[in-house]
Amino acid sequence: MTPKILILGATSAIAHAYARRMAVAGASLILAGRNSEALEANAADLRARGAAGVDIVVADLAQVDRLDEMAAQCTAFGFPDVVLLAYGSLGDQARSQNDPQYAREVIDTNFTSAALWLLALAKARPALQPATVVVIGSVAGDRGRASNFVYGAAKGGLERFVQGLQHANATGPLRIVLIKPGFVDTPMTSGIAGKGGPLWASADKVAGDIVEAAQSGKSEVYSPWFWWGIMMIIRNLPSVIFNRMKI
Amino acid sequence: MAASGPTVQRAGCEIRSDGTEPTAGRANQPEPKMTGDISSRPVSAWGRLTADLHEVARISSVAEAVDAIGNFQTATLPIGLRRSYGDVCLNAGGRLLETEALDRFIRADWQAGVVVVEAGLTIDDLLRVSVPKGWFVPVTPGTKFVTLGGAIANDVHGKNHHQMGTIGRFIRRMVLARSNGELVDISPEDTPEMFAATIGGLGLTGIIVQVELSMTKIGSAFLDVETLPVRDVDDFFRINAESQSWPYTVAWVDCFATGAAVGRGVYMRGRLLADGDLTVHARPRLAIPFALPSFLLNPLTIRGFNALYRRFAVRSERRRTHYDSFFYPLDSIATWNNLYGSRGFYQFQCVVPMHHGSEVLRQMLTTVAEARQGSFLIVLKTFGELISPGILSFPRPGVTLALDFPNKGPRTLALIRRLNAMAIDAGGRIYPSKDATMTADQFRSSYPRWEEVERLRDPGILSDFWRRVTGKTSR
Repeated sequence: MTPKILILGATSAIAHAYARRMAVAGASLILAGRNSEALEANAADLRARGAAGVDIVVADLAQVDRLDEMAAQCTAFGFPDVVLLAYGSLGDQARSQNDPQYAREVIDTNFTSAALWLLALAKARPALQPATVVVIGSVAGDRGRASNFVYGAAKGGLERFVQGLQHANATGPLRIVLIKPGFVDTPMTSGIAGKGGPLWASADKVAGDIVEAAQSGKSEVYSPWFWWGIMMIIRNLPSVIFNRMKI
Repeated sequence: MAASGPTVQRAGCEIRSDGTEPTAGRANQPEPKMTGDISSRPVSAWGRLTADLHEVARISSVAEAVDAIGNFQTATLPIGLRRSYGDVCLNAGGRLLETEALDRFIRADWQAGVVVVEAGLTIDDLLRVSVPKGWFVPVTPGTKFVTLGGAIANDVHGKNHHQMGTIGRFIRRMVLARSNGELVDISPEDTPEMFAATIGGLGLTGIIVQVELSMTKIGSAFLDVETLPVRDVDDFFRINAESQSWPYTVAWVDCFATGAAVGRGVYMRGRLLADGDLTVHARPRLAIPFALPSFLLNPLTIRGFNALYRRFAVRSERRRTHYDSFFYPLDSIATWNNLYGSRGFYQFQCVVPMHHGSEVLRQMLTTVAEARQGSFLIVLKTFGELISPGILSFPRPGVTLALDFPNKGPRTLALIRRLNAMAIDAGGRIYPSKDATMTADQFRSSYPRWEEVERLRDPGILSDFWRRVTGKTSR
């Protein structure tokens, strides 16, 4: 059977790298995102690479007042076997601190709309149909840091939400997996100085971890795996020390 | 021996022809800094001889390419994965446009084996998709970690040059983004001049954004590979003449052999099987995370490596070999260039006409052996008669020799200068994508049609190489 995969935020580098891996395996894909030109280009790429079929839904996924309509469009092809919730915006921390409207957009995009999407998907899934939803979180959600706590708090909140949903579906056929990438070399992180080095992973590496996470029974996965150790230390540093550090 | 050409020097980057070594200093490396979306950081070519500051921007769509090149005030250079060794992929103090995110398929006809792709797609990625469908790149260099744009800009050749020529012969069409804001469709039929200037054109005629490539049908991902010991230079030419019906041929040479044994080594020839096993290559597992101390690469360790290689090769005569280990033996170590230490290394590759072949080869190999600077790999091959389609394409009929030397300062440079002069004196030429040392005179005399490329060069594009060999400094 051809797996059906829905990707929310399909023009993100990580999402497209994942879509490529699934296309080579012959999956059928639904790409949702804002930029129709970029979606068309990605769709052509995936067809040439071997996808069984590629459909496009052009929509601003963060627009929560249109959520029911968008969710209906995205599941019109039948409810997917796997959903990857990949959209997000890193935001500019300095601007967020001076511009409440902007900070709200960052929070709404990364938390509010994502959380509501998860509820909409859980509701739209036909009873008894198994499905896996992979949510892209971030190591930034593990502990608030001066450099990006607006984004970090939104991703951290999303993690709590996912945990609740996992709890609620513990015995059902709906699986939710949270994947927490560290530094990923993508256009989204092009503003970070000193990019590159052993801590930076490629979008394709993270995509490989997503494929594995979707198949495994895990509820939370760091990508690459070593961030588990790094974040374990960072989460457990006493505030006295942590708050003096520039990280 | 070395002709002393004009010295090209600019702030921060010198490839000097006065006997001093290029700046390889990591200690005084400038700190990266940010300006908007463009990061300013030290960039090295594969040989890691320099690490000058460049403004680096990344493009991930054709629209971004047009925008990026149209809006640049300073000289810009589109680059692929920077597997060129010298300075054809550098533009010190200027801007680099990374194209590796411009890597989508646009369409693929898997019946006819024709793909239209964005030019930042790598051979690695292309093969991952095409091999299971029974198609291979018609020509491949010694690494699959190159973009198609980079492969075209250097008009790369491979082990099958004697039968297939260069990769440029399989390019049916390209789209260039030029700094005047135009997207130009070029093909051998409609725009023969621009096409010939762009194939092997070192990225100077515009950003190659799209490529249409004809691929080769394969019935297996495995080759039948035969390995033969080579006694000396004459033996090489004898075995090579016998092997012309093999699609893929190459020889490896022991750099320490002297006297009558000069040219001793191993000859490898292969042909694709038809057993239907279309297994794709694996991802690299190993990487050299940082520059190793250069003393690790000394005559003793290289000699050990060479002797081991030779004995291994003599014992195993014929075996079924996956394309990954036959074409890309070094790709299994992701950053093997770090093996050469923090000062980097020089590559030298020349082609000399066949009638001078054995004589020049013996002379060069003797010079290398006597210099005792060790070369990790010496590769020897003959090019066939097929005409390269690019004005600046390197391959021409004759014998080609490739070597590399860890950078030990002036004496390494002196050795390479001697080799350069020997090649030019014999009517040969040096491969720009390997070169860091050829003089402007040597370039102009061995690539006499270079001014045709200069006329078609995009005024917004320049590279360190082009400045060095042509003296062009203006936009």
